[in-house]
Amino acid sequence: MGDQPHPASPIPPIQRRPTPRGDRPVSETVTRTPAPPLRTRQPSATQLGLSRAAIETRMFFREKDAVIFTFSFPIVLLVIFGSIFAGDLEGTGLTVSQLYVASLIGSAAMTGFQNLGINIAGDRDDGTLKRLRGTPLPPGSYFVGKALNTLFISFLQVVILLAIGVTMFGLELPSEAGRWVTFAWVFVLGVLGSSLLGIAVSSLPRSAKSASAVISMPFVVLQFISGVFIPISELPSWLVNIASVFPLKWMCQGFRSVFLGDAGATLEIAKSYELDRVALVLGAWVIGGLVLCLMTFRWKSRRDG
Amino acid sequence: MTTAVRVRGLTKRYGDVQAVGGIDLDIRAGEVFAILGPNGAGKSTTVEILEGYRTRDTGEVSVLGIDPDKPTREWRSRLGIVLQTADDVAEATVRETVRHFAGYYPDAKDPDEVIEQVGLTDKAGKRIRQLSGGQRRRVDVALGVIGNPELLFLDEPTTGFDPEARRQFWELIGGLAHNGTTIVLTTHYLDEAEALADRVAVVAGGLIVAEGEPKTLGGRATAKAKVSWFDEGERRSLETDTPTRTVLELTRRFDGEVPELTVTRPSLEDVYLQLIEAPA
Repeated sequence: MGDQPHPASPIPPIQRRPTPRGDRPVSETVTRTPAPPLRTRQPSATQLGLSRAAIETRMFFREKDAVIFTFSFPIVLLVIFGSIFAGDLEGTGLTVSQLYVASLIGSAAMTGFQNLGINIAGDRDDGTLKRLRGTPLPPGSYFVGKALNTLFISFLQVVILLAIGVTMFGLELPSEAGRWVTFAWVFVLGVLGSSLLGIAVSSLPRSAKSASAVISMPFVVLQFISGVFIPISELPSWLVNIASVFPLKWMCQGFRSVFLGDAGATLEIAKSYELDRVALVLGAWVIGGLVLCLMTFRWKSRRDG
Repeated sequence: MTTAVRVRGLTKRYGDVQAVGGIDLDIRAGEVFAILGPNGAGKSTTVEILEGYRTRDTGEVSVLGIDPDKPTREWRSRLGIVLQTADDVAEATVRETVRHFAGYYPDAKDPDEVIEQVGLTDKAGKRIRQLSGGQRRRVDVALGVIGNPELLFLDEPTTGFDPEARRQFWELIGGLAHNGTTIVLTTHYLDEAEALADRVAVVAGGLIVAEGEPKTLGGRATAKAKVSWFDEGERRSLETDTPTRTVLELTRRFDGEVPELTVTRPSLEDVYLQLIEAPA
């Protein structure tokens, strides 16, 4: 339409625009379909999980601003709280700053909740999840990658907190192997449970933009009511009851048993660290979190319907 | 010639909107098949059902012999999908990303060769965040073909390209087609369909309103031509199956030059616009 040739123009020579199809045969009976390749051996799901963890971790460390704030947040809190409350704890031979180190380690072990909640909401929004779902990557490998990435980041945070605790605030690392065993299971169950919870809540925000507001708020509230910033014995019992439903209170309690030892047990509400209940609640969160994830996980953004 | 995609009576409804209203399709292995249509016509819904991203309401669908509602890993490894938009893996480099995705497939191509094929060899060490829109799209294509797919889906691949980038992209797709990959392409651009596709289907209002080779679509090749000229102070025109004879007669009548002579046939765009307006 609208491209009528000028009546006086000479007839142009027959000319075909070269097409990108090039010398591709036009006939229908061409032999350009190769034999389908053999797709016998699919790569192992575990290996792909490790490969996901590697690329996720590499990408995480390249976002310099996120790295700096992720790691400096608990450190800054520790330095502030540890410096403000420098006194002793009512005749236990422990200092308030030691209490903060233990509790902030609990908080660091729970950053998976916040990181994954925001991060997966981002993956959903920027097309990562959609792209991955179009590939043969097993969904489990994606989650294994996230879990390993989170364990690694949380572990680094804990190491940094411990180093500061020891050098600045007179924290004594436990010498008994049993306490380190407790540390290991509280850490692993805590990180897994809170990561699964993070994966589950990542489906709540409408978009990546709202994710950090939606997910940071409950995390901060949880830190206040779970004994991270304010000793749990100073909270009203109804707040403690709410906190007792969530994993953070129990993680902090477990870490206090590791780093404060028997001397600190009198500070607990139950006058004991209740390690059996810690294990029970954290274990329940791992299982419950897994069920919650399986039930609520969305591969699509809301925009995709 | 085997069938790569077979669709019968496909429907999909979102609430009150009938997005797809009963589509039949046969896409042969090795061909480039374009699905044309305005926004909201149902082409993306149809393609996303074929890709296994969406479930259908009714109808039969077979893609490489598998029902996309029951996708298997093996089936996924035979497909390549290039989505409309994605901003992921921004912090990884081109080479890292292509290598990483190669690990997903049992029969992946060589990552460096694929990077070369999409023309990003000199950008291979750059982070994806630093690439231009067109270069980013090439990464998407690289990730779509890295698994050596038998069937490649391209959803509006050149939207937002400048003309030169689009022409280069066509060369890339043409090369893939030449190597035997079946390609299903959705596009708004008629010139793109004409340049790339062996066959096209026009979708409007959730239905296929025409299907065929670009040059014969909607009876385009056999449509009457319009011969038009100027005579006795007014414009005359004649619709005819034999425009050459008409021109010859006019030449005799005017004994030489015919004033303001034009001969036109419907362009692909004319045919397309007629087709998509019909059901509305």
